[in-house]
Amino acid sequence: MTTDSAALFRDHDRRGLFADRAFRTAAMVAGFSILALLALILVSTTNAAWPALKGQGLGFFTSTTWDVPHGQFGMLAFAYGTMVVSLIAIALAVPVSIGISLYITEVAPRRARKPVIYTIDLLATIPSVVYGLWGVQVLAPWIDPHYESIAGWFHSIPVLNTILSGRPVSGVSFMTAGIIVGIMITPIITSLTREVFATVPSSLKQGAYAIGATRWEMIRGAVFPHSRGGITAAVMIGLGRAMGETIAVALVIGSSSVVSARLFNPGDAMAAVIANQFGESTGEYRAALIGLGVVLLIITFLVNGLARGWISRGRRKAGIA
Amino acid sequence: MYRTSSRMVRLLAVVLGLTLVATACGGGSSDDSAASGDSTAATGLASITLNGSGATFPAAFYEEVLAAFNSDNSGVTINYNPVGSGQGQSDLAGNLTDFAGSDSLVKDADKANFDGGFLYIPTVAAPITVSYNLSGIDSLQLSPEVLAGILQTDITSWDDPAIAADNPGLELPSTDITVVHRSDGSGTTANFTHYLELAAPGVWTLGTDKTIDWPSGTIGAEKNTGVANGIKSTDGAIGYVDFADARATGLTFAAIKNRDGNFVTASLEASSAALDGAEVAADLTYNPLDAAGADSYPIVAPTYILTYTSYTDADVVAVLQATLRFLLGPAQDQANALDFARLPESLRVKALAQVDSISVG
Repeated sequence: MTTDSAALFRDHDRRGLFADRAFRTAAMVAGFSILALLALILVSTTNAAWPALKGQGLGFFTSTTWDVPHGQFGMLAFAYGTMVVSLIAIALAVPVSIGISLYITEVAPRRARKPVIYTIDLLATIPSVVYGLWGVQVLAPWIDPHYESIAGWFHSIPVLNTILSGRPVSGVSFMTAGIIVGIMITPIITSLTREVFATVPSSLKQGAYAIGATRWEMIRGAVFPHSRGGITAAVMIGLGRAMGETIAVALVIGSSSVVSARLFNPGDAMAAVIANQFGESTGEYRAALIGLGVVLLIITFLVNGLARGWISRGRRKAGIA
Repeated sequence: MYRTSSRMVRLLAVVLGLTLVATACGGGSSDDSAASGDSTAATGLASITLNGSGATFPAAFYEEVLAAFNSDNSGVTINYNPVGSGQGQSDLAGNLTDFAGSDSLVKDADKANFDGGFLYIPTVAAPITVSYNLSGIDSLQLSPEVLAGILQTDITSWDDPAIAADNPGLELPSTDITVVHRSDGSGTTANFTHYLELAAPGVWTLGTDKTIDWPSGTIGAEKNTGVANGIKSTDGAIGYVDFADARATGLTFAAIKNRDGNFVTASLEASSAALDGAEVAADLTYNPLDAAGADSYPIVAPTYILTYTSYTDADVVAVLQATLRFLLGPAQDQANALDFARLPESLRVKALAQVDSISVG
């Protein structure tokens, strides 16, 4: 009996060893395949974009002229638009997201938390094109007269009139695209900041209360300092999402290749240009569009990498605290 | 227990593997039989599927008449995927499809991509309207020079003297002009800007292509429907919209001064007049833009089906020819109802001859 079961276990061990090795190899292949995939994407898109990069030279990165009939492809106006839309989106989404997270973690009664979380997560599942169609069919016509009146108020105030005035004030514009993208990135920023807030040790919070802090003073004195790194990372990940947002932006930005501070004017953004123009493009034109994709990919890598760095720094700090 | 279950697993794996191999072989042989031709007695056409992709501009027409063709010929399926002329051309060149729809001609640099050469088969044409939204004004006349000036934002107000000169006696408001254009690359943009270049030389400086560098302050919208809705919702807006969408949206369109000096409003009759006035090249490409003729509407866009000159499969040739004969035959009578202009008889006959020349080889 005992020898039998010993033999069985020896056998089992040998098999276990083999299975373990096989699993290790399989997992490693899976892990590296992601890296290989990314490398391949980068290499093949750069390769496909090469005719435009060679043809346009440095002008591809520094020119604001995107003139297809005359064969001039400069990405700067679109990069500018991507930046403007992302910044508007972040400016709108971050305060709201932090508010929702604080409500969920600090204010809401335990029973109300789950429904709020579910609703926010539900927002994240709505397809991008639905946001875009809602933006162009409902939001843009509704918001147009409001832009007009805001433009009217600031018409003669220096500085502000260059940002908030200037013809044509339009329902499809940088601002509308920013609002739509802001709504779209709110769920991701909310869920990230919520997790960060949940990691604040209750000893810290109790300590704050013990010395007589109100709830707001506790949040300001205990929750925020502890979560700074995490919040920054959440913002950066939201920014990455905002820059890559395509169809929704393509529908509501108004497609005008300008570098303009006027938020109520139509503009254009990199991902939107690719979505709008790829289908009918050929030759160097198509290569230039792929080039936009490469630049967008690299920028998104950088932003996400930065965010990851912040997260791990935040974690280390939290560990020390 | 342990051993038994692992043996079972191995057995299962072997059985599963064998089944897969068997299915793969079976799949292969049934493919072969399909390719060799399961002729249907009713039509004499092989039961095969042909795929095409390309221009969105004639898609409404193709989808309607191809559905009729598919239901007339059981077993035959002709698909058309409106992905854009450029994509359609590269799909055909890459042998992903059997035919392509295109509003634009293949660029010289890309011609070599089509192994054995390709043919243009003209199918229908349709006017591009200059639609506008100006409260109180329901008839407007524009010469090409003024139109070009408006669209490149040299003329920014509706009461500009240049517009007034085209419209004697009309009281125009001082509303600002908002130009709405396509945000996506489009054959409609290419044809429309090509017209401006032909009819307003020296005035139009933005060139012609599927996307052009519109001045800042103009508004881009997606597809014809996007432009149409953009015009409809903005007082003072003007833009170019294909005839079907302009009518469906209930837009007002301007009368455009044609080559003979008459102001003509977009209509299918005026488009057919323009097609009659157009010169047809040897490869059956033709340019009805800025065509001669007193009643011609000057902004009419042609569209073509692109096929290879020859195909290796005789069934493909037979079905493709039957499809194209249907498009150029009975389907032409449906064109007007779908807001497309039918081909003039002389061009239709030439197109049919071009279809007959598709060969097996």
